[in-house]
Order: sequence, then structure tokens, then C-alpha cells
Amino acid sequence: MSDSSRKQTNRPKKAKSEHQEETASSSSAMHDELEHILDEIDEVLEENAEEFVKSYVQKGGE
Amino acid sequence: MAIKKICGIETEYGIIHQGTEEFNPAYSSSVLISAYLAAQESEHPRWDFNDEMPGNDARGFSRADVLSPDMHPQLANAILLNGARYYVDHAHPEISSPECGDALSAVLYDCAADVIMQRSMDNANAALPEGEQIIVYKNNSDGKGNSYGCHENYLMDRSVPFAVVAQGAMAHFITRQIYCGAGKVGMEIPGEEPTEEGFQIASRADFIEEQIGLETTIKRPIINTRDEPHADYRRFRRLHVIVGDANMSQVATLLKVGTTAFLLAMIEDDFLTREIIFAQPVSAMRNISRDLSLAEPQQMADGTQATALDIQWELYEMSRKFSEMGGLEHVGESTGQMVLDRWEQVLTGLEDDPFSLAQQLDWVAKHRLISGYRDRHSLSWDDPRLKAFDLQYHDLRPEKCIATRVGLEEIVAPEAVLAATAAPPNDTRAYFRGRCLEKFSTHILAANWDSVLFDAGDDSLQRITLLDPMEGETEELARLFDMCETPAQLLEHMGGKHV
Repeated sequence: MSDSSRKQTNRPKKAKSEHQEETASSSSAMHDELEHILDEIDEVLEENAEEFVKSYVQKGGE
Repeated sequence: MAIKKICGIETEYGIIHQGTEEFNPAYSSSVLISAYLAAQESEHPRWDFNDEMPGNDARGFSRADVLSPDMHPQLANAILLNGARYYVDHAHPEISSPECGDALSAVLYDCAADVIMQRSMDNANAALPEGEQIIVYKNNSDGKGNSYGCHENYLMDRSVPFAVVAQGAMAHFITRQIYCGAGKVGMEIPGEEPTEEGFQIASRADFIEEQIGLETTIKRPIINTRDEPHADYRRFRRLHVIVGDANMSQVATLLKVGTTAFLLAMIEDDFLTREIIFAQPVSAMRNISRDLSLAEPQQMADGTQATALDIQWELYEMSRKFSEMGGLEHVGESTGQMVLDRWEQVLTGLEDDPFSLAQQLDWVAKHRLISGYRDRHSLSWDDPRLKAFDLQYHDLRPEKCIATRVGLEEIVAPEAVLAATAAPPNDTRAYFRGRCLEKFSTHILAANWDSVLFDAGDDSLQRITLLDPMEGETEELARLFDMCETPAQLLEHMGGKHV
């Protein structure tokens, strides 16, 4: 498939300035959201990661 | 001719049992399942092995050395009210969903299976001695070279030669991983020392070693040839797909099943406009899984090169055209439309900025978080915290699960998921199985995908066969279930008629 025919089905791109503004504010919001999730993961991650990973052994299945 | 794409998902869950010296996974799986069944109000009839023939090969031969999954009479193996099968498969608890009418229904029953697993854990852990705990993971490998599967099944028209199905579907199975991969820390090529170095898109790609074959536990193929229709073998084929990952993301599950349903319906209608053949399918599968840029082209058999995105755009375009020519009727009208819109959305996102799909796709969500976590703590790839992170993404305990903390988009309502734990889909034969269990469970001796065996109380056993998976609820059937107080009445009204 050629690139041009593929793009025909894509949604129209937003005007550049609007697109850039939106991207800048949403990427900052996404960064904050990522930091928040990572804070939470720091709290719930198995305390002894090495022992946990070592003991997680499965037999094959299917 | 394309037929309605009845589909289903079978998931083998990873299991650990903490606080016990001798962990026997089959035993612990049985404890888990029995704890769930014991808390249910109704009886759960045993599975009937009558129609299991896992050694039958779609290429036209049969092997006697392939055993049914569970031949041990003591291990739990039951049918649930929603029409699913819940059992010990080798060393794992497995739920095989009921037959679903379309991909969105498959998402619903996949989520219901996870809820059943969570309830099973709660019940089992409440009964286990203090200090012991069973934990279930919805993933596909242990990072040490052991894999377990999340299989899909699709109903197909038997008159389409298997070789045509295999040829037409292979390129899709190699490339769809760019949106339905679950993501994995490390590499686990069979025969090589596993490593925790790096991140890849799919957890199963390492374990795929052949293009086509009957095996599911060693030398796993892209196209599995198991030929067990569990239905009228003259009319139907059940395509058993073993290449996929178990997904935590509902959108990924929708696309995994929905795009495949489109592709298979197009194969049946001879709608594919050209053959897409990789020069080296198995290595292409692994290369695509490791190429996080999605930009590395693969060599095709006709001498050209293509990326997975190129091929997925092409299959998407064909599916869009197919839908405009009436193809939606085979993949669920509104669900088919939803699949097409989502398909376009993720391909566009993957092309422009994959991280924009962090709430839709598992591998993107996991990669973004693990990269952030790695930066935050300056970790090298062999730091066990990264692999622990990877495993815990799939931990089904709500208080520990990482996947539920990343804001993955939900496309089925939580109330609908809860309802689906105890009620079958009404647009497939699972309706009959589920309603029989709801009304007459104490009179059902056993059941399986295509039959229900009744002890009607008159010294004779009667088997009702369900040879057409597409036969769902009808007004007449619903009226019969409402009206009949005993299975004998139901059997009498049905007059030995097969559903």
C-alpha cells in the first residue's frame, strides 16, 4: 500500500498552532499523571523484588 | 461463504501458592477452582470428555499421543452458569469462555473470567491456613522460558480449505501484535538462556517456532492445526489460535478478536485482494515484537519489504471495504463498526505517537511506565524490580495489580461484567447450556461444548446435542425454559429434538 492511499483514511490533521498548544499542555498533564502512577507503584510493588521474581516459576501449559 | 464469527477466549492463568513448602500447581489450581464452586448456590456438573479429539489435525490426519488436557478425575473441571468451562489444564487454572456472538461479547466474558478468578482467590485464601496465599496472574510466561497460553477460537465454514485459511491468516497473526501485544521485559527464546535485557511488544513471540503445526506446548506454530470443531464437523471448523497474548486492556482484547474475525470472514468470502506472505514468518514475528520503533521493514516473499504497520493498514482498508459490501453481518453489526473505528485509531496513534495509546494498549502502557520507573530509579535492565513490575502488571489482586492503576479505557460496563459471571450470552448455544444449568443443575450429569447429558429421573440418560454454535435464544426456547419445572418436561417438549 502506498503512503498516500493509506493517509486517505486518516482523520484530518488539526491546524498546526492549535495542535502544538494542545500537545504541550497535554504532555505536561501526562507527565504529572505518569509521576502520580509511579508514586503509587512504588507503594504497591512487591517488597522483595528479587525473591519474588526468582520464585515466580510456572510449568508450561496448553 | 462467510458465516457469523462465533468466538471465544481460553485463558490459562499463572498461579503461585505462597507459604507452602511443596507447591503443586495442579493441586493449588484445583483448590482455587473448588473454592469458587463451593461458594456457588447451584451445582456445577462435570465436564464430559465425550467429544475431545485434540490429536485431530486439520491437514487431514490424526495423532494418538496428544492427550485431552485433564485426564485426572480428582482435579476440578466444571461448567459455570455463564456457559464457560473452569478447570485445571496441566499446571494452570483455565477458564474457557462461553461461545460469544462477537468481539465485544468476547471482551465481556474475558473480563467476567477475571472476576471469577478474583472471587476464587478470595474464597480459597479465606479457607487456607494462615500464612498461605494463592495468587493468580493473567500473563503468558514466567520470564524463565515457560509459557502458557491465551487461545482464541473462531467458528468457520468447513467448506473453505484449511490451507486457504492458513495462508490468508498468517500475515495478520504476525503483525497484529503491534496493538495486541501485552509487552514483556526480557527475551525467552527456546533453547537459549533467558535474559531480562530490554523490552518487547509481545510476550508470546519468543515461543513461536514453526509456521504451522499441531503442537501447543513445544515448537509452537503461528497457525495451529488442531481440528476439533466441537460442533457439526460437516459444516463447521473451529480455528484454534495460539499466538496471542492475554490482555489486561479491553481495547486490546476487542481488537485481537475483532480484527481476526474480520480477516477470517474475508477469507471465507475470498475478499482478500492479494496474498501477503513473509519471506521468513517466524523470524518476522520475533523481529516485529522487538522493534519498538515499528519502523523496521521485513522481507516479503515477493521480494518487497513491509512494516507491520504497512500490512495492518492494508488489512484495515480491506476490512473497511468488506464492511461497506455487507461484511458487518458476520462480525456483529455495531461491534464490527466499533472494531473498524478502533483499528484505525490505534494504527494512526502507533504511526504518530505510540505513547498516545497508553490507555488503550497493554504494551504501550507497560513500556511507558517501566521506562518512567527505570528513569526514576536509574535501574539497569537486569534489576529485578523491572521484571517484578512486569509480572505485577498482570497480578489479579486489586490491591496489587498495576494494570488497573494505569487508567486503561473500559469499553464494557462493570455491572455488565458482574452479570456476565452468572449469565450466558443469549446469541449462541451457550444460552441453552447456561439456562439448563440455571434451572436443572441437579439433573445434569455432565456437559461439554456440544451436548448436555441429563438424568431425567426415569432410569434413562438423555443427551441433548448442540451441534450449531449459532443457535441462541429464541422465543420458543425462552418460553420452554420459563414453563418447564423439570428436565423431563423440557425433554418431552423438545421431543428428542437436537438444538
